[in-house]
Amino acid sequence: MKRLINLTPSKPTRLLLGLLPFVIIIFIYLVASDARLAENATDKLLPSFAQMGDAIHSLAFEPSKRSGEYLFWQDTFSSLYRLALGIFIAAIIGFTIGLLTGAIPSIHSPIAPLLTIISLVPPMALLPVLFIVFGLGELSKVALIVIGVAPFIARDIQRCTQEVPLEQLVKAQTLGASTWQIVVRILIPQLLPRLINAVRLSLGAGWLFLIAAEAIASTDGLGYRIFLVRRYMSMDVILPYVAWITLLAFLVDWLLAKTSRICFPWHYPNSK
Amino acid sequence: MTILPFDKKILDEKRAKAMPLIKAKNLWKKYGDNVVLERMNVSVNAGEFITMVGTSGCGKSTFLKMLLGMESPSSGELLLEGKPIPDEPDQSRGIVFQQYSVFPHLTVLQNVIIAREFEHSPILGKLFGSAKRNVVEEAKALLESVGLTHALNRYPHELSGGMKQRLAIAQALIRQPRILLLDEPFGALDPGIRADMHQLILQLWREHQLTVFMVTHDLSEGFYLGTRLWVFDKLRRDNQAPNAYGASITYDLPVTRRKNEIPAELQTITKETQDL
Repeated sequence: MKRLINLTPSKPTRLLLGLLPFVIIIFIYLVASDARLAENATDKLLPSFAQMGDAIHSLAFEPSKRSGEYLFWQDTFSSLYRLALGIFIAAIIGFTIGLLTGAIPSIHSPIAPLLTIISLVPPMALLPVLFIVFGLGELSKVALIVIGVAPFIARDIQRCTQEVPLEQLVKAQTLGASTWQIVVRILIPQLLPRLINAVRLSLGAGWLFLIAAEAIASTDGLGYRIFLVRRYMSMDVILPYVAWITLLAFLVDWLLAKTSRICFPWHYPNSK
Repeated sequence: MTILPFDKKILDEKRAKAMPLIKAKNLWKKYGDNVVLERMNVSVNAGEFITMVGTSGCGKSTFLKMLLGMESPSSGELLLEGKPIPDEPDQSRGIVFQQYSVFPHLTVLQNVIIAREFEHSPILGKLFGSAKRNVVEEAKALLESVGLTHALNRYPHELSGGMKQRLAIAQALIRQPRILLLDEPFGALDPGIRADMHQLILQLWREHQLTVFMVTHDLSEGFYLGTRLWVFDKLRRDNQAPNAYGASITYDLPVTRRKNEIPAELQTITKETQDL
């Protein structure tokens, strides 16, 4: 018998083992849900898959009686729009600050300590300030995402910029490059895959801020909906919504990873 | 005895020929209390191939960095054609490092043409159309001379160590520097490939009329490639304060190629450097 650290499951076994926990969780849920519903058919805590399907069907494929909108898609669109806008602005701000502080010592000196302090401010604690300053509209929700995510991206990009080997910067200078040319031709192209990476890592936080902001003040959005129906204990809506948010998060992450691999093949030297 | 008529032009030419390309005058380098180099007095003429050997931390890399402009002298002077050497790297001095010399995000061809793009396109740093085609032709010719024609569109991570260094050399030569600095360029290569690289660098040195400064750990490589071999070591030592005195050039040996014997007094250093 080999040592445990040397035993590697074969590919199909790995796949099966990977699926196993999902199957177990769903099975346990089904058994528990059946048991509760058998005792009390109006139980709301663990709805059956059929009940969840019905709830989502009416939200996704029947116009709302009040506004005539398809609420599920309306929620999805609003949330994704806010998240995308917030992350996009945060990426641009974070990338610029990170690049400049990482590459240019005389910008690093005044900005870097400030950046460190700002990134330690808990963004959620600033949410009331944002509501006071920007009102309860779209702006404060997007601003929360930007404030929460941009410092993280800036610090990550700053670190990556400083990690570019000095040899490359010296080499570029011996080829006659100016500071601007080094930034444009050497640093920015090499940092773009790092930016995608930083965005992927910050998306989790982005979702957190989005749902928090929607829960507190909004009229639509995925976060708004689950906090709204919580009042009626509608687990048949909450659970599919959570699953849907998870799926969306997974898809966005996968899409970014794929894009990075296609656009920057040189960044992945060990994969063929 | 004939007295030659005074001719200022001839005199200037003679002076220019007599003026060394690089001259160090009582050069010192210190980091705080740590003296790395002291009392260096040396001059180098255009066209020499200098190889520098010595134990780790003996200042040969520091001297190379000063030639490159990454470090400045603490006192004394380091002159390039009679003027203080520029205190930041520029296109007058090419460099090949042991690693990280090439840009990982550019293909072989792009790695070479980028130097011309820096030269001709100050804002975008990129060339298009016919300007680009000319540069590409030039780069292809240069890449052919280092034997990389078959790999023009590959990224550096797809190249072997030897090919990467070939690329780094081609890249360093495209802006036609007069001085080529090599910082242990072949240290990480296999012996067979290293021999190929030796032939390549000697050929390029002759073709491009370069003045080469090369740091190496391999004394036989130093003797084989150089026209002049410098050994860096400390002339004075204080065991209570090992950093109190700096190194200097303790042997400055003219080397005739093919005479590949190592003088007896250097045998111990050979051993030391090979142990590293």
